[in-house]
Amino acid sequence: MHSAAQTGEVTLTPGSQGDVTLTPPGSAVLEVRELTIALPAGGERATAVSKVSFSVHRGEILCLVGESGSGKSVIAQGIMGLLPPALPVTGGAALLEGEDTTRASPERLRQLRAARMSMIFQEPMTALNPVMRCGEQLDEVLVHHTSLSEPERRAKIIATLQEVLLPDPARMFAAYPHQLSGGQRQRIMIAMALVLDPALLIADEPTTALDVTTQAQILKLIADLQARHGTGVLFITHDFGVVAEIAQRVAVLRLGELVELGAKDEVLKRPRHRYTKMLINAVPRLEPHGRAADTDAPVVLETRDLDKTYVDRAWFGKRRNVAAAKRVNLSVRRGQTLGIVGESGSGKSTVARCIVRLIDPSGGEIHLHGEEIARRSHGDLRPLRRRVQIVFQDPYRSLNPRRTIGEAIMEGPLNYGVPRAEALERARRLLALVRMDAGALERYPHQFSGGQRQRICIARALALEPELLIADEAVSALDVSVQAQVLRLLEEIRTEFDLAMLFITHDLRVAAQVCDHVAVMHQGVVVEYGAAEQIFLQPKHEYTRALFAAAPGRDFAFGRA
Amino acid sequence: MTAPETESFESLSVESAAVLRQESAWQRVRRNGAVRFGAVALALLIGIAAAAPWLGTVDPSLFDAGSRDLLPGKTGDITTLEGEIIRHTFFMGSDSYGRDIYSRVVFGTRVSLAVGVCAALVALAFGIVFGLSAGYLRWLDGVLMRIMDGIMAIPAILIAIALIAAWRGSLVTVIVAIAIPEIPRVSRLVRALVLTIREEPYVEAAIALGTPPWKIMLAHILPNTVAPLVVQGTFICASAILVEAILSFLGVGLPPDIPTWGNIMAEGRVQFVEYPHNVFFPGIFLAVTVLAVNILGDGLRDTLDPKMAKRV
Repeated sequence: MHSAAQTGEVTLTPGSQGDVTLTPPGSAVLEVRELTIALPAGGERATAVSKVSFSVHRGEILCLVGESGSGKSVIAQGIMGLLPPALPVTGGAALLEGEDTTRASPERLRQLRAARMSMIFQEPMTALNPVMRCGEQLDEVLVHHTSLSEPERRAKIIATLQEVLLPDPARMFAAYPHQLSGGQRQRIMIAMALVLDPALLIADEPTTALDVTTQAQILKLIADLQARHGTGVLFITHDFGVVAEIAQRVAVLRLGELVELGAKDEVLKRPRHRYTKMLINAVPRLEPHGRAADTDAPVVLETRDLDKTYVDRAWFGKRRNVAAAKRVNLSVRRGQTLGIVGESGSGKSTVARCIVRLIDPSGGEIHLHGEEIARRSHGDLRPLRRRVQIVFQDPYRSLNPRRTIGEAIMEGPLNYGVPRAEALERARRLLALVRMDAGALERYPHQFSGGQRQRICIARALALEPELLIADEAVSALDVSVQAQVLRLLEEIRTEFDLAMLFITHDLRVAAQVCDHVAVMHQGVVVEYGAAEQIFLQPKHEYTRALFAAAPGRDFAFGRA
Repeated sequence: MTAPETESFESLSVESAAVLRQESAWQRVRRNGAVRFGAVALALLIGIAAAAPWLGTVDPSLFDAGSRDLLPGKTGDITTLEGEIIRHTFFMGSDSYGRDIYSRVVFGTRVSLAVGVCAALVALAFGIVFGLSAGYLRWLDGVLMRIMDGIMAIPAILIAIALIAAWRGSLVTVIVAIAIPEIPRVSRLVRALVLTIREEPYVEAAIALGTPPWKIMLAHILPNTVAPLVVQGTFICASAILVEAILSFLGVGLPPDIPTWGNIMAEGRVQFVEYPHNVFFPGIFLAVTVLAVNILGDGLRDTLDPKMAKRV
C-alpha cells in the first residue's frame, strides 16, 4: 500500500496556509492544478470552485470532504467533463495521466470515460437504466471500448461480477436493476466502472444512500479492488466516519476553496485549519454520553404490543400482509430521551407515526400519561394531539412553501383557541429560543437554509407546549456542523422544558450523543432495548453487534493526536 | 474551553455564511420572455375589447344596402338606428348585408375574451371542488372519478352542441356548455396534486398540530395547487375561445346577430372566393388571441412549474 507520509510534505500553494501535498513526483494518475469553475452570475459567490489543486496517485484513495455547497461534486464533474454549460471551467487544468480533460473534445472524453477514468454515483437506482438488464449495461461499455467477441465479453463480465462479490453472476447478468437490492446495484455500478481497469475511479458519495451494514461492505469492496488493481481513487464524501475508514489522504473543501490537504491521521487528528477543526469537533463521538437518567421520572409515553400491519389489497390476486412493526413495547420518561435505532425498513418511523397517530396502529395500546390513544377516533384525539409533536427529516418539505414562518408557528396555538396576539408573542419567544431573528416571522421558507428551517420546525413543534417531542431523523439531512448545532439545541430544549423525547435515527453516533435509552429495531421487531450505556458498551443481540461493527470509523479517535 | 469553540462554530459554519438570495416565483415569471410577450398581446386585446366603442367603430349591427361587399379601406354610407346616414370608412371591408367588419371584429373580441376567461374560471372552480373532494375524502373518490371518466368519454364539442340545443344559445349557456367538458380534466389534475401534497411532511405536521381537515385542505393543500392550475387555466381559456368560434361557425353558438369571430366567418364562408376579407380578419384575430394565451401559458408553466414543463 502506498503511504504518502513517507515521502514528506511539500507546500503546494504558498498563498494558502496549511496546504500541503505529499507528492512522489511523476506517479500522479490525476493532477488537478488551480482548477477554477465559475458559477452563473447573481449567485451566492462567483466561483463554484476556485484554484483547487491536488493530485491522486496510483493505488491511493484521496478523500474529498466538504459540506453541501463546498463544490466537491462539481470538481468530480469537471474532471469527467460532465459539467453543465452554466458551470464553465475558467482556469486551471485537470490532468489525467498528463492529459487535460477540461480541454478535451467530446469525442476524446468518450474514449477516456470508462477506459481511463470512471465514476460511481450516490444513487445506484437512477444511475442504472431500469429497462436494460444489468449484463447488457456492462456489455455496452465493452462494445464501445473493446473489440472483444461476444463470448469473450460475456466471460469478462461474469468475471467482473465475481470480482465485486455478487452472488450467482449468471443470474445477476440477466437481472433488471429493480430486482436487486441497493447494495447489489452499487456493486453492479462498481463492476461497470472497473470492467476496463481505469487508472482513476471517482466515487461521488457512493455509500450515502445505503444502510450502514451495506455501506461497510461496499467500502471494503472499493478498498480491496483499488488495492488489487492499483487504481487511483478520488472518494467524495461528507461523512468523517467514512473518511476515517477508507482514506489515505484527505482534502477538505470549504465554499469552493481547498483549506487543508494531508495524510489522514494528520488531518483527522491534528487538523490545522480552523474550519477543519470545527468540522472534526462536530463529528459526534460513538460513545454514550454517560449522563445519569432519573429512574423515578414519570412515564410520559408507553406502548404495549404495538402492531402495524400494512395490507396490500389487489383487485385480483392474493392479499399480502406486511408487518411493519410487531409487538413493540417502549416507554419514555419525562426529561429523558429514548432512541429508536435501525436501518431503513426496520419500522422505526412506523412506530413514530403510530404514536403521533398519522397512521392508525393495527393492534396494541399507546398510553400517553395513562390515557389510551391507539384506538381513539380522530375527533376524540384532538385534545390530546397537542401533547405529542413531531419534527421530520426533510427540512425542505416540512414547511408549507406558501405560508410565512409566523403563520406556521402560530398554527398550533390558534387551532387550540389561543388569541392571535398571544400566539404571535409565543412565536416571537420561540424564534428567540431557537436562535432566530424575529424578522423571520414575515418571511417564507425558501429564504432559509436547511438548518434554519429545522430550527423553525422545532419552534413550531414547541408552540403547543408538548410533553413528548418526536424527532424522526430530524438531523439526518443536515451537514455535520449544522447537525451539531441542532442537536445541541434539542438538548437544551429537553432540559429546559423537561421534555420526553423520542429520537429516531439510523446514525449510531447521533444516538450515542443524545439517548438515555436505546431500542434497536430490525425488520419490525425491537431486538434489543435498554440503557444507552449498556447497549453501546455491551451489546447482547447479534444484530446490534453487527450494526456497531459496521459503523464507519468506529475505532478512530477524531481530533485526538 | 467551550466559549471560543462555540464562537468559531457559528461563524465558520458554511450555512450561516450563505446568504439566501433565492428568486421568488414572481421574479422568475416577470423575466420570462414568453410570459411578457403573451401578457402584452393579451393586454392589448383586453384594451381593444374594453375600448371598442371609441376605436372608430360603429354599432356592429348597423347595415346599409348601398355599402354591401365593400373591399377593405373603401368608404361608404351606413344608416344609424335613428335613420341618419353617415359616411364611414370600412377598414376591413363590409359583408353581404353592408355591415362594417372592423366594428364587428372589434366588438367580437369582447365575446371571445369573455367566453375564454369565464369558461376557464367555471371549469377551474368546479374542478377544484371535485378534485379536492376526491383527493382528500377517499370514499368519494371512486364515485366522483367514474362520473368524470363518463364525461370525458363524450367528445367535448358534442356535449357543447347538445347542451346549447337543449338550452337555447346565449352567452351564459355557451360558457357553461364549453366549461362542462373541461371540468373532468381539471378535477383529475387537482386530485393528482392533492394526492401528492397530502403526503408532504408539512401536511402531516399540520395534522399533528390539530388542524381540522377543512383547514388543511384550504390553507395547506389548495394554495400549493395554484401554480399548475393557473397554467391549466390558460390552456382552457385558449381552447374555449376556439370552441366558441367553432360553435358559432357551425351555427349552434350565439345567435348570428351577435358579432362573434365565428359568426363573422360563418357568414363570410359562402363568398370566401370573391371576398376573402370576411374570413381573413376575424381569423387573424382568433389566431393571434389563441396564440398569445397559449404562449403565456407555456411561459407560466416553464417558470411556475418546472417539473411539469419536462413532463408535458
